[in-house]
Amino acid sequence: MNELLQQILNGLSLGAIYALIALGYTMVYGVLRFINFAHGDVFMVGAFSGLYLFRWLKPFFDGGRWLLAALVLLGAMLISATLGVLVEWLAYRPLREKPRLTVLITAIGVSLLLEYSAQLLFGAAPRGFPSLVEGGAIGGIGGLHASNVQVLVFLVSGALLFALRFIVMRTRIGLAMRALSLNPTAAALMGVNISVVISFTFGLGSALAAAGAIFYASLYQAIDPFMGVLPGLKAFVAAVLGGIGSLPGAALGGVILGVVETLVVGYSKELGIPPGYRDAVAFVILILILLFKPSGLLGKNHREKV
Amino acid sequence: MSESKSLLELSGVGIRFGGLVAVSGFDFSISTGELVGLIGPNGAGKTTVFNIITGVYAPSEGAVRFSGSSINGLAPNKITAFGIARTFQNIRLFSSLSVVDNVRTALNLHLQTGMFGALWRGRKFREEEHRVRIEALELLEIFGLAKMADAPCRSLSYGDQRRLEIVRALATRPRLLLLDEPAAGMNPTEKVELMKLIRFTQERFGLAVLLVEHDMKVVMGICQRIAVLEYGRKIAEGTPSEIQKNQRVIAAYLGEEVVDA
Amino acid sequence: MIRSKSVLFLMILLSTVVSYVFTGHPEPSWPIAQIDDYVLNIIVLAGINITLAVSLNLVNGHTGQFSLGHAGFMAVGAYASAWLTQVRGKEFLAALHFCDAAAPVVAFLLATIFGGFVAAIAGFAVGLPSLRLKGDYLAIVTLGFGEIIRVVIQNTDSLGGARGLTGVPIRTTLGWTFAIAACAIYVAASLVKSTYGRGFLAVRDDEIAAEAMGINATKYKVTAFVVGAFFAGLAGALYAHFIGYITPEGFNFLKSVDVVVMVILGGMGSTAGVSVAAVGLTVLNELLRQAEQYRMIAFALLLIVLMILRPQGLIGDPVRWFKARRANR
Repeated sequence: MNELLQQILNGLSLGAIYALIALGYTMVYGVLRFINFAHGDVFMVGAFSGLYLFRWLKPFFDGGRWLLAALVLLGAMLISATLGVLVEWLAYRPLREKPRLTVLITAIGVSLLLEYSAQLLFGAAPRGFPSLVEGGAIGGIGGLHASNVQVLVFLVSGALLFALRFIVMRTRIGLAMRALSLNPTAAALMGVNISVVISFTFGLGSALAAAGAIFYASLYQAIDPFMGVLPGLKAFVAAVLGGIGSLPGAALGGVILGVVETLVVGYSKELGIPPGYRDAVAFVILILILLFKPSGLLGKNHREKV
Repeated sequence: MSESKSLLELSGVGIRFGGLVAVSGFDFSISTGELVGLIGPNGAGKTTVFNIITGVYAPSEGAVRFSGSSINGLAPNKITAFGIARTFQNIRLFSSLSVVDNVRTALNLHLQTGMFGALWRGRKFREEEHRVRIEALELLEIFGLAKMADAPCRSLSYGDQRRLEIVRALATRPRLLLLDEPAAGMNPTEKVELMKLIRFTQERFGLAVLLVEHDMKVVMGICQRIAVLEYGRKIAEGTPSEIQKNQRVIAAYLGEEVVDA
Repeated sequence: MIRSKSVLFLMILLSTVVSYVFTGHPEPSWPIAQIDDYVLNIIVLAGINITLAVSLNLVNGHTGQFSLGHAGFMAVGAYASAWLTQVRGKEFLAALHFCDAAAPVVAFLLATIFGGFVAAIAGFAVGLPSLRLKGDYLAIVTLGFGEIIRVVIQNTDSLGGARGLTGVPIRTTLGWTFAIAACAIYVAASLVKSTYGRGFLAVRDDEIAAEAMGINATKYKVTAFVVGAFFAGLAGALYAHFIGYITPEGFNFLKSVDVVVMVILGGMGSTAGVSVAAVGLTVLNELLRQAEQYRMIAFALLLIVLMILRPQGLIGDPVRWFKARRANR
């Protein structure tokens, strides 16, 4: 029983990371109706920014480890947000009226560009990622263990989710985002500056992905130029699972996916599924959800008008 | 009217999208040789009725029968095979294909040779391809489009594109033709042309024609019978002159206060 | 119409003859046969890539679906054929003992066709559930299927697992490669050039209108998937018996992207353009082998710039281009 709870706890921290990435997919889908294939690579850039920020800033912070961690996190989020805005501006904006497939192909191009540029800059070999906070497990309740990093993941992702909810539900720009996702033409007619809102959405999503990247790197302690591919795809699955376009859905989907994946690996013997199938779990879920409930758990149904 | 069995028969048909009742308790029938109009204010459910008949939506209740057999919930392509063809409110031609290929595609339904025929290219296949092209060209000729047969369909004028849509629908060899707002976007001269065209098509091919149209002149001018929808229910049915005098129809179109006045 | 069929037979005959001349079967007999191994490699790879690109074009170009899982079908073909010739190689050869000296070649051909069929079954399995999806969703699901195929192979010890399968007998010749490429081109071209085949294009242009014209869009889409997967399987089998060593990683998502790039560069829906692009990119790949790091960056930039400036592809339809030139004169 305890082991099960421990596995679920581990799954939740992984799920929180998927949720952070999935929010970016779902927000961009909400305003532009397309899947930003390069999102996973913005995630990767977030991790590398974190690594270099840590190295540069470390000499200035002897004792204040928490402050350093906070600065690295914020810096990485800022860099990724800038990258996200830049990518949208350079690659996607010229294609705004083009078929979605054209944009999808461009996104694949952007994804490859980021991956191989990173490989050129940082090398193909995995790099170690420092522990931002002192390691060691906190002996939790009833023999459950949560590492410092896991606790940090829960607290900060929770805070970020609340901040996001505040931005989307309580601010003018959030209102504009919602208006745009409901009806772009009407939003434009009501004076919403679509370009600004789209840029903001990309920035916001990319910043969340960077936060996810810092946590992911802290948990696995290694990063490489292709690290964004699988978490990116899985986060997309999480977004679809929750219902693409729905923010609570993305968060829920991420958490479910993280838990299921961890449980499949943790109980691979009992389930008769080799642990090597870990990376296939997400895709099986994706195929099942698209077959049986394509609108996702919390999404709305869309019909094509005839 | 009741001496011959009707071709299409809808009884108690209704459909709901979530909580919204789009059409309910709709009874309707049409026989071969009839030209019937379906009218109603915006959002009354006219196109939804079309989509139920053609299988785009499956009705939540009621029965749809076509020449004696139930076509409830069949896939659109199956329903077309039964002999129901349609045009679309917003033109939906196959934009990358030529004019004649648009028509040929609709003849696909009646092909004897399939994929392996296309690969083997034997005599039977070549003869059939020849026949299909001749039939498509003949249809185009009837509607004065044969000259443009090999032009890309995008290059046609708006009116010709509408006509091509009708030709394409006829190529499926239907017994019932559904026209969804064919006069939309046309000027008065084009509308007169269209009315002639519809009547001609109906007589030439011995069809039943069901017409959804906003333009009262067109509907009143050519339909023998008109059914009126409001909020998904049929509020009136009759000859054009009966409909023009019907108080409920006038109210539906112009608002209640006019009736009071 | 009859001409195109004879052209196919002529091409197959020609490539078989060429294969005997160049690869020297059993031994090079003519001086002309002393073709550089390096060049020969590129030519064979180009042939395999033509098969891949033309078959993907049937799905992505003609039918308007977007598959990102072509490498998965290639993997199925490669592993299924190698299973016959390597894993069960001895038994399989023994079963074919009545073919005498030709047994290895017969085994290779049967294995290749087997690879194609297994891949076609996989294509059916992928195509059927994917049909409800469009555009980017379909892309991700096919990508997911490709990854699942890879993960399954990686975890199957009898297929070598993650380490891959070595010692696949080297049997692929120039002739077989181009015979299969010619078949792929013929099938794609003649399938589309018929009243039946216009259905693929109709489904691409407007699925709802196609259904309303009595076209069974589902059937067309599955057919495209199955035929596309069949040829991808053949290409995989050729590849396995050309390199002699296959790993699951060799058929990952990036390989699928490679093929997608060929189709896009060649112009979606143009069999001729896509074939030219497949050859061009194969050669370019080899030329840039020294600068591997820059190669993918260049590809990526090319994709982005192309989509902004010329989404219909670089090459388009060379056949139409030549016709137009002749007509202008």
